[in-house]
Amino acid sequence: MTGAGTWSLNEGDYKKITVHLTALLKESNARCALLVDRTGQLLASAGEKLSFDPTAFASLTAADFSANDQLAKMIGEPEFASLFHQGDKESMYLADVARRVILVVLFDQRTTVGMVRLRVKQTVGDLSALFAEMFQRAASAESPGTEQAGLLEGAEDEIDKLFDD
Amino acid sequence: MSMINYASREINCKLVYYGPGLGGKTTNLEHVYGKVAPDTRGKMVSLATETERTLFFDFLPVDLGTIRGFKTRFHLYTVPGQVYYNASRKLILKGVDGVVFVADSQIERMEANIESMQNLYDNMAEYGYDLTKIPFVVQYNKRDLPNAAPVVDLQEQLNPGWPLEDPAKQKPTPDPWHEGDMLVEQVEGTWIERAPYFESVAITGDGVFETLKSVAKLVLKTLS
Repeated sequence: MTGAGTWSLNEGDYKKITVHLTALLKESNARCALLVDRTGQLLASAGEKLSFDPTAFASLTAADFSANDQLAKMIGEPEFASLFHQGDKESMYLADVARRVILVVLFDQRTTVGMVRLRVKQTVGDLSALFAEMFQRAASAESPGTEQAGLLEGAEDEIDKLFDD
Repeated sequence: MSMINYASREINCKLVYYGPGLGGKTTNLEHVYGKVAPDTRGKMVSLATETERTLFFDFLPVDLGTIRGFKTRFHLYTVPGQVYYNASRKLILKGVDGVVFVADSQIERMEANIESMQNLYDNMAEYGYDLTKIPFVVQYNKRDLPNAAPVVDLQEQLNPGWPLEDPAKQKPTPDPWHEGDMLVEQVEGTWIERAPYFESVAITGDGVFETLKSVAKLVLKTLS
């Protein structure tokens, strides 16, 4: 591999993700859930309207997770599969999904970390299966003719125009 | 790793500004932040020390326009330049789509530039990325300073070119930004390729957008 590659999220995937996130929120009584990839891009969110900048939040989440990954290795653990940040009123629980994405759940006193942790496990399982399928598709999409490979094909002129002064 | 989100109709790409400490990476981002329309950029996040030295990264998302109905959103990151912070610096490279190396043109910073460039190659290699095969541009910053080294010296030290093995690319290619310079040429029987370079004064904004546009364009072309 020479670079980081590309992957795509189609509307069907997005809907499935949202269904899983919504079920998680309903059953754990958490406020909202976000899905962030390891490079810091927000993939999806569900639940209460976010009162902060989700893009900045996503980049910090990925950095937080990466830093903790390195800390884990330093103490001889392969990874910390989940992280918990406790606040006075608001708390967050972060869990790794298939080493590719991070599930972030924000919750308050209406529920407990135990409940969130328990329910997150199931969602991590569901999402892992979904992402395994998505990445498999992305890997086999290297051949031309697929949705992903063809998106910007022939768009060189448009790209040039975008950057003309 | 660029991500195409068909649900939100966005193409997300990650650009990293790399280089020695106090070279102007954060200043590049600050200039972009100040100049682009507020509705095309997100919040700028800086994880810095009390003395404003970057501790972990600066982050700025910018929309550069729409292609085929997809918003092209670039996430700009800087790394901490100080040698000491290598562990966190390396983390920022994860999933990178394009790299800008911000060199400090001052003669006395030449060694720091070389060390940082080597460190970039090493850190990329640890992720299995090959810097010579991904969008990569070099920016010579602080061109306004009296002790700035001549560009030709900087090029020789930091961007001498790498062997080009792909026969399809082995054809003389002039540098579109600098008349008389070549991006691909044959030197003593060996084909070499250099990264495009730009001169800048990030503090006034000179060259900042030129650099950003060139690397962003290269990244989008890799998708096409």
